Amino acid sequence: MDFNDSPAEAAFRAEARAWLAAHAPAHVLTPGEKMPDTEEADRGRAWMRALYAGGWSGLTFPKALGGRGLSGPEAVIFAEEEGKYQLPKGPFTSIGTGMALPVIAKHGSDEQKARFIEATLKGDTTWCQLFSEPAAGSDLAALRTKAVRADDGSGDWIVNGQKVWSSWAHLTDWGILVVRTDPTLPKHKGLTFFVVDMKTPGIETRPIRQISGASEFNETFLTDVRIPDANRLGAEGEGWACCMTVLMGERLGSGAHRSGVEPLIDYAAATPDGHGGTMLDDRAIRQQLAEALAEEQGERFFQARLRTMVSKGENPGALAGMVKLAYAGRYQKTNGLALELRGLAGIAPEAGDTATGDVQYDYIYSTVMRIAGGADEVLRNQIAERVLGMPGEVRMDKNVPFETLKG
Amino acid sequence: MNFDLSDEQKMLGEQARVLLSDLSPFDRLRSLIDSGAEWDEPLWRALAEMGFLGAAIPEDHGGLGLGALDLGVIMEALGGANAAVPFMSSIILGAEAIRLAGSDAQKAAWLPKLASGEAVATFAYAEGPGPVFASGATLEGGKLNGNKSPVADAGIADIAVVLVAGGTFALVELNQPGVTRTRLDSFDQLRPHYRLDFADAVAEALPGAGKLDQLIDQAAVQAAFEASGAAEACLTMARDYAMERQMFGRPLAGYQAIKHKLADVAVATELARSNAYYGGWAAESSPDDLPAAAAAARLSGIKCLEIAARENLQVHGGIGYTFEANCHFYYRRERMLAVHLGNRGFWADRLLNAQPGSQGKAA
Ligand SMILES: Cc1cc2nc3c(=O)[nH]c(=O)nc-3n(C[C@H](O)[C@H](O)[C@H](O)COP(=O)(O)OP(=O)(O)OC[C@H]3O[C@@H](n4cnc5c(N)ncnc54)[C@H](O)[C@@H]3O)c2cc1C
Repeated sequence: MDFNDSPAEAAFRAEARAWLAAHAPAHVLTPGEKMPDTEEADRGRAWMRALYAGGWSGLTFPKALGGRGLSGPEAVIFAEEEGKYQLPKGPFTSIGTGMALPVIAKHGSDEQKARFIEATLKGDTTWCQLFSEPAAGSDLAALRTKAVRADDGSGDWIVNGQKVWSSWAHLTDWGILVVRTDPTLPKHKGLTFFVVDMKTPGIETRPIRQISGASEFNETFLTDVRIPDANRLGAEGEGWACCMTVLMGERLGSGAHRSGVEPLIDYAAATPDGHGGTMLDDRAIRQQLAEALAEEQGERFFQARLRTMVSKGENPGALAGMVKLAYAGRYQKTNGLALELRGLAGIAPEAGDTATGDVQYDYIYSTVMRIAGGADEVLRNQIAERVLGMPGEVRMDKNVPFETLKG
Repeated sequence: MNFDLSDEQKMLGEQARVLLSDLSPFDRLRSLIDSGAEWDEPLWRALAEMGFLGAAIPEDHGGLGLGALDLGVIMEALGGANAAVPFMSSIILGAEAIRLAGSDAQKAAWLPKLASGEAVATFAYAEGPGPVFASGATLEGGKLNGNKSPVADAGIADIAVVLVAGGTFALVELNQPGVTRTRLDSFDQLRPHYRLDFADAVAEALPGAGKLDQLIDQAAVQAAFEASGAAEACLTMARDYAMERQMFGRPLAGYQAIKHKLADVAVATELARSNAYYGGWAAESSPDDLPAAAAAARLSGIKCLEIAARENLQVHGGIGYTFEANCHFYYRRERMLAVHLGNRGFWADRLLNAQPGSQGKAA
């Protein structure tokens, strides 16, 4: 066992660090800064372009497709180093690199790969994920948006239905879309996967106002949207397999982060307790901080074990969900504690106190971590079933033609 | 980075597990309790024969000279079996205190005997209610005075390393007129504890000073291995029972209330195990990182075993409350492990104090 980088890893890290030191600062976001989402998107694209120009985009994609053709731990190392800067990385860019590209690389035709991979790595093509629907969230395969072949013999598909919670759908160029093409089959079988140009007539996105104050996700209505068959990914009826590829990418991408606890300790140490000491002298606070720190470290080292598995060619499967489950809950607790430590000023900070503003935002945002990319309860089911081998959920809808299901 | 045990380490753990499942099944634990036994002596001999006792003792003192991670996989197996042996007392604490702080003569006299199992040591640190690491006992002019209580495994130990005034260690042979051993009513029936009274007992100082922190940091890492092994055993036991037990027409294991409980235990156990790995690596390869690593491992070890032991009994329902079911072994041991070597408040302080810049230090 060695927790440190091997010599080759250390050299790669040093190279990454030097490049980032030279290029990242120009793209760093100011803490607490609010900007219109169009500007956030522009900044995201600009960072993608800089990465591509420097040869740091798509580290694991083949060289022929615009990547760097690496297969080891380099992508992880680069992500760790990149994570030290607050860059415009958010979902706006990661849906493309973390979710759309893996599914195109795995299930796409050569033509699709050539068309989308390099353009995405460059920041020229951005993506949204059109999966969730009002009645299909955790139970994604319950989706009702349907596609039928056009009756003009073109082979094109005509799509009708509604998606929801589609992050960045109003600003992105393309979407990954899963729809029902055969309602006579059981629900997982009649699905087909497409990539869709978001400028196609019939697509309408309506921003949804979120509790954070932002409107990054949308309701997306699809009315007689025509998609050429060349934009189908994988075979007709094989959409579920594509979804699984996307969700695995999403799961792995939403693992542990180092966040929150160390700054919180500093904050407690710098805040007077009114009795001549600091907040950090309070036993109850010390206990909570230490527990959170121990959990955060456990998440990080568990993640390191999973990375070792991946580097040996093993698939962590549902173990990846364990990190996300631990992290999401702990992140919410940490930010809740951060607000509490600020006392009343935590709920109503003075003008200019951007740090508290950030904590407030993070506390609100932490709810997302526990829902999106597999909600806590769904992850617990998967861990119980796939790691512990316990029985699956009772399924009323198994092997039943989708069209006969109620709802 | 290669953050995994080696194949040899995995094999060592497997050997320990096999030996323990042969020699220390739950019925054996029940009969030890019924007979009021001090320990499982045949098991101790078998562990000695396999070389486990000397795993981390240097080769020139009769051991195998392996490292913290090797010791860790053995501790994990011992925790899983809830074995009635003084491994923590004699090997992790006693022998290691002598290795860290002893003179050459003391090492030569005791380490080979501890490695072979011929002698048993314990580490005496508490002095009743109050701080866990107390140093009211005194060593002056070769005479040890004061008391230590409770002390694990002191009924069978030949020697004790005693924490004395000034934070240094005294080495005392327990079979002498100046030492009185009084057996206490131990909550963990498989780990007897004693009160030791010293009245001008003949003792000598271990010359190495300032070794307490390193000793207990290393032991904390091993305790985290022990806890994650025990938690894993609870988890497996609860899962297996829930798969078998039918309620309302289907296995208990099919209900989310049960699945979710056990998923949470599994996550807590993996986090503790990951922290223990890091602690073991730090103990071997990165001593500067050991204090923080040890404290984090200790805290998450306490946490995972607490929920694992409680939920295991809960999943079993009424049968879990019987002596015939096996849940109670872990349920009792968990409380013992939660306080030995210092409870979570103690380790929370140490974790914060070990943070960079030490802003974490309490006033
Ligand atoms: C900020 C944000 C961004 C998102 N972006 C996208 C996006 O870009 N594209 C996209 O397609 N989707 C997106 N989503 C949707 C996200 O994937 C879903 O919200 C998620 O899958 C949960 O579905 P739901 O909201 O319908 O909740 P539901 O599935 O209705 O769940 C409600 C509650 O029920 C619980 N639950 C569900 N099933 C079970 C079960 N079997 N047993 C026990 N409990 C259960 C859940 O855990 C949850 O607590 C986003 C969501 C958020 C919050």
